[in-house]
Amino acid sequence: MTDDEFTAYRALADETGDHRWAFGTGFTDPLEGIGTSVPDGVSAAALAAYCLMLGDDALIYSHRLQQWMTRLPELEEETAIANIALDLLGQARMLLARGGRAEGAGRGEDQLAFFRPEHEFRNVRLAEHADADFAQLAGRLLIFSTWRLALFTRLQDSADPVLAAIAAKGAKELAYHRDYAAQWVVRLGDGTELSRTRMQAALVTLWPLVDELFRTDAVAGDLPGVAADPAGLRAEFDSVLAAVLAAATLDRPGTAPMAQVAGKSGRDGVHTEAFGYVLAELQSVARADPDATW
Amino acid sequence: MVTAMTADVPAARQIAEAVADPELPMLTLADLGILRDVTSENGHIVVTITPTYSGCPALREIARDLQFRLSQAGFAGAAVRTQIAPAWTSDWITAEGRRKLHAAGIAPPGAAPARTPARGPVPLNLTTAPRDRVACPRCGSLDTVQTAAFGATACKALLRCRTCHEPFEYVKEF
Repeated sequence: MTDDEFTAYRALADETGDHRWAFGTGFTDPLEGIGTSVPDGVSAAALAAYCLMLGDDALIYSHRLQQWMTRLPELEEETAIANIALDLLGQARMLLARGGRAEGAGRGEDQLAFFRPEHEFRNVRLAEHADADFAQLAGRLLIFSTWRLALFTRLQDSADPVLAAIAAKGAKELAYHRDYAAQWVVRLGDGTELSRTRMQAALVTLWPLVDELFRTDAVAGDLPGVAADPAGLRAEFDSVLAAVLAAATLDRPGTAPMAQVAGKSGRDGVHTEAFGYVLAELQSVARADPDATW
Repeated sequence: MVTAMTADVPAARQIAEAVADPELPMLTLADLGILRDVTSENGHIVVTITPTYSGCPALREIARDLQFRLSQAGFAGAAVRTQIAPAWTSDWITAEGRRKLHAAGIAPPGAAPARTPARGPVPLNLTTAPRDRVACPRCGSLDTVQTAAFGATACKALLRCRTCHEPFEYVKEF
């Protein structure tokens, strides 16, 4: 057997028993070897909650994008959305692992992703929205990646070095995601009468979920120097959206923000009806057989 | 046989550098620039690698290949660690790596957009053209067009040459 054959064989053989491709993927801890202590003066509980918020955004949105696989209009969009979903899943893994460490209760990324109930997820409601068509996919990806890129750009200077490192890496990925989405919004908006109508309708549908992204939350408030104030991201978001919408000949929607429930929304664990379904799908295999490895 | 107490770091480094990347198998880890360090701790080799992208699914295979090659050479119990800062950039692909990519029909990346310490908003790119003209790796023509922003892996885009009409992959600036 040559070396190369052996390598290929090893990829299939299960001599270490850590092949869990369905969940956890059998990778080593994504933060293995990275210092994961909590810096002095930083609230470990708040840092854990903050990492879970940002990790949940990426995890749930990644799953929504994965649901598009085999349904996209062209092979090129399949590879693009698969890669974007994979980037976000990677970000989610690192953030959940970081959150679990900071929390100190022994919960790893798998435990956090697959065994938390709905109300413990802290993602924004935008992340759980089910796209009805490709225009909604493009519009939602533009909104999500523009917001998250503005956030990660700031978090590169976070007083938590692990969060700063995750953000510096993720920002580079998000810049490509945002360009991809923006180019599609322009193509559809400045396209045919039908594509423009549908792109505009998609933005009108999505716009109620935008305000929540910039709502100041208590967790970020407890982490001065570590977290970024969501309200501080709005100006950059608005200016990027204005540039894209102008090139796309689209109007900025005036749809009112989606109501909160007793003052609570995604960051408080209060989600839309769509969330239970996507979470059930995401968790079903792991919950059906919690000890499974393969 | 190299014993645990006399871990020969330069020899181990040579082995680690030569391990092939699973997704770009024409490149070694050294060519790709993801090998960050090889050291010895308590007589055991510790190899530090960095992922190209956050979700890189090849990291586990890379770690196992490293451990296998090192153990074959007598370095038993080598540890592989991940380092995410500073973040990998395509600028770390070596000149040799670029030559190998080109020889394999993959256009190597141009210079990555400037990053640290600049912290301002990242400029928006509304055109589907790559930042610089990408030369066709087959015929050298600069008359090329991007057909997809993401390829078979996150690090590549798909382009087509309008002179020789061949499609080709291109490693993105990152």
